[in-house]
Amino acid sequence: MAELQLRDIRKSFGTVDVIKGVDLTINSGEFMVFVGPSGCGKSTLLRLIAGLETITGGTLAFDGQIVNNLAPSKRGIAMVFQSYALYPHMTVYDNMAFGMQLAHAGKEQIRERVEKAAELLQISPYLKRLPKQLSGGQRQRVAIGRAIVRDPKVFLFDEPLSNLDAALRVATRLEIAKLHHSMNGATMIYVTHDQVEAMTLADRICVLRDGIIEQVGTPVELYEQPQSIFVAGFIGSPKMNFLTGRFAEPYGAKTIGVRSEHIQIGPGEGAWTGKVIHSENLGSDSYVYADMGADEPVVVREDGTKKHQPGEPISIRPIPGQVHRFDAEGRPLGRQ
Amino acid sequence: MSTIDQVQRVSSFDLWKLVKKTAFYLLVLFIVVVMVFPFYYAILTSFKSGTNLFIVTYWPHELNFANYLNVLQSAAFLQNFANSIIVATLTVLLSLLLAVTASYALSRVNFRGRGVLLMTILAVSMFPQIAVLAGLFELIRFYNLFNTLWALIFSYTIFSLPFTVWVLTTFMRDLPVEIEEAAIVDGATPWIIIWRVFLPLLWPAMVTTGLLAFIAAWNEYLFALTFTSSNSARTVPVAIALFSGNSEHEIPWGTIMAASVLVTAPLVVLVLIFQRKIISGLTAGGVKG
Repeated sequence: MAELQLRDIRKSFGTVDVIKGVDLTINSGEFMVFVGPSGCGKSTLLRLIAGLETITGGTLAFDGQIVNNLAPSKRGIAMVFQSYALYPHMTVYDNMAFGMQLAHAGKEQIRERVEKAAELLQISPYLKRLPKQLSGGQRQRVAIGRAIVRDPKVFLFDEPLSNLDAALRVATRLEIAKLHHSMNGATMIYVTHDQVEAMTLADRICVLRDGIIEQVGTPVELYEQPQSIFVAGFIGSPKMNFLTGRFAEPYGAKTIGVRSEHIQIGPGEGAWTGKVIHSENLGSDSYVYADMGADEPVVVREDGTKKHQPGEPISIRPIPGQVHRFDAEGRPLGRQ
Repeated sequence: MSTIDQVQRVSSFDLWKLVKKTAFYLLVLFIVVVMVFPFYYAILTSFKSGTNLFIVTYWPHELNFANYLNVLQSAAFLQNFANSIIVATLTVLLSLLLAVTASYALSRVNFRGRGVLLMTILAVSMFPQIAVLAGLFELIRFYNLFNTLWALIFSYTIFSLPFTVWVLTTFMRDLPVEIEEAAIVDGATPWIIIWRVFLPLLWPAMVTTGLLAFIAAWNEYLFALTFTSSNSARTVPVAIALFSGNSEHEIPWGTIMAASVLVTAPLVVLVLIFQRKIISGLTAGGVKG
């Protein structure tokens, strides 16, 4: 429901520059994911948007209106924290109602909204309980419910799944995706260091590194046309294989990158030979780690459950047209 | 190894355990006796009368309430008792109010000189009462508080604040920042954060520090003696010390003991009421557990 414009946003803590000039437009109703390694400034950027940190330089606008000096509660945002941040002494109902109570909303209106949100998140039976009587997944749902009740223009999520176990993480991820569809029109900004979450949830992903934007695009764009070695290595699992020297020279590049699923096993023209170090069998597919004489082993994805013994000789060749080429600065030279 | 060997080893082990256990409980018994005996003896004495007071006994022989009646029928003592309650209660309320707001600033607001300020506050508690007595006396005269309850409330608050602020600051610093930030996003002002979000979480610390401040104010003697001159403002400890008998040479031990037992009662009642509140882990469930 709101379009966000970030213009040359900067943030310094003392002499340390954390955000070094970010230009970004987040479209109305978009699910934008900030992703990057720890310390890249993604959480800080989210907190600047929330208003929990003051902006050192640049302008932040919601629907064209500059909100740099607006208090968080006046910006029309709601935030879901990594640690849930529920009020421990309040019941689930009071936790969700607190914001509206502070805004002096009517009792009936509060109850209506809380109950509606609780129903949406299937936490209606727990409204009378205290947070400590809930499981981690239920607590995070209450935290999301508290955000929904505020009826914000922009939802902010700060690594909301990091404290959940693997199974619950997948389930809650699905819930958040569903929430985005059902809250038609609400803009969502989601911070994570997990590229799988980024790929599965995002309309667009913004990859951050050292306080600057490395690349913004749809998940497929980032996957297929990374604008730097960093993005190429960060998006996709397992990590893209990077090769230099004699491997890269035939392609006319300083470094080449090949994803594990873009390598075929078997001899042929331009094949590399080496030895199997290890193979991981995941049932539907398996990953073969091969030592090709490069700095790091090359990972190859293979369908099925074929077994490779460590030490076994192996020939592999990249699929033509799927080799990403990069120059000395890590900039892309196109695929070949 | 034969079975007999094993049995012997086990039994000697049991014996050693028994000795250790006995020694431990003997030590506990010793500590309890040393701590409780003076009070027990005060209760014993308070029920005695006449020359019996000077006969040493360790078990109750008579149950004479004359001393208690004596104390309770004295209007002066009741006045002193009321004074003590007013002074101690107001001291606790005032120091908690100031300490909670101060500790919010000291633990949550970043400002220059915060560390120095915290150390200064702690340093205040280093001064012995007697060292500041003269200066404080001048202050109290200056503000025209001499021989009023406010003189005591004022001076007790000064002495309980460093401890209260320090404890609450430490406690508040440990409260998760995210809870405060969630409240900010919900539109809470610092005042609302303190009263509606932090205060309920600070109960254990508030009760503990409040109780200690109350006990300190209740027992205080030196200031109470110096800053008051008449019964209208005197508190119980001073009043008891100034109890006089029928003649200059008689010390009314029976009455003194009865009064001492009576002034202990409020403290015992307070601790019993609030012990349920002194529970930890109240923040459980708010953030990841």
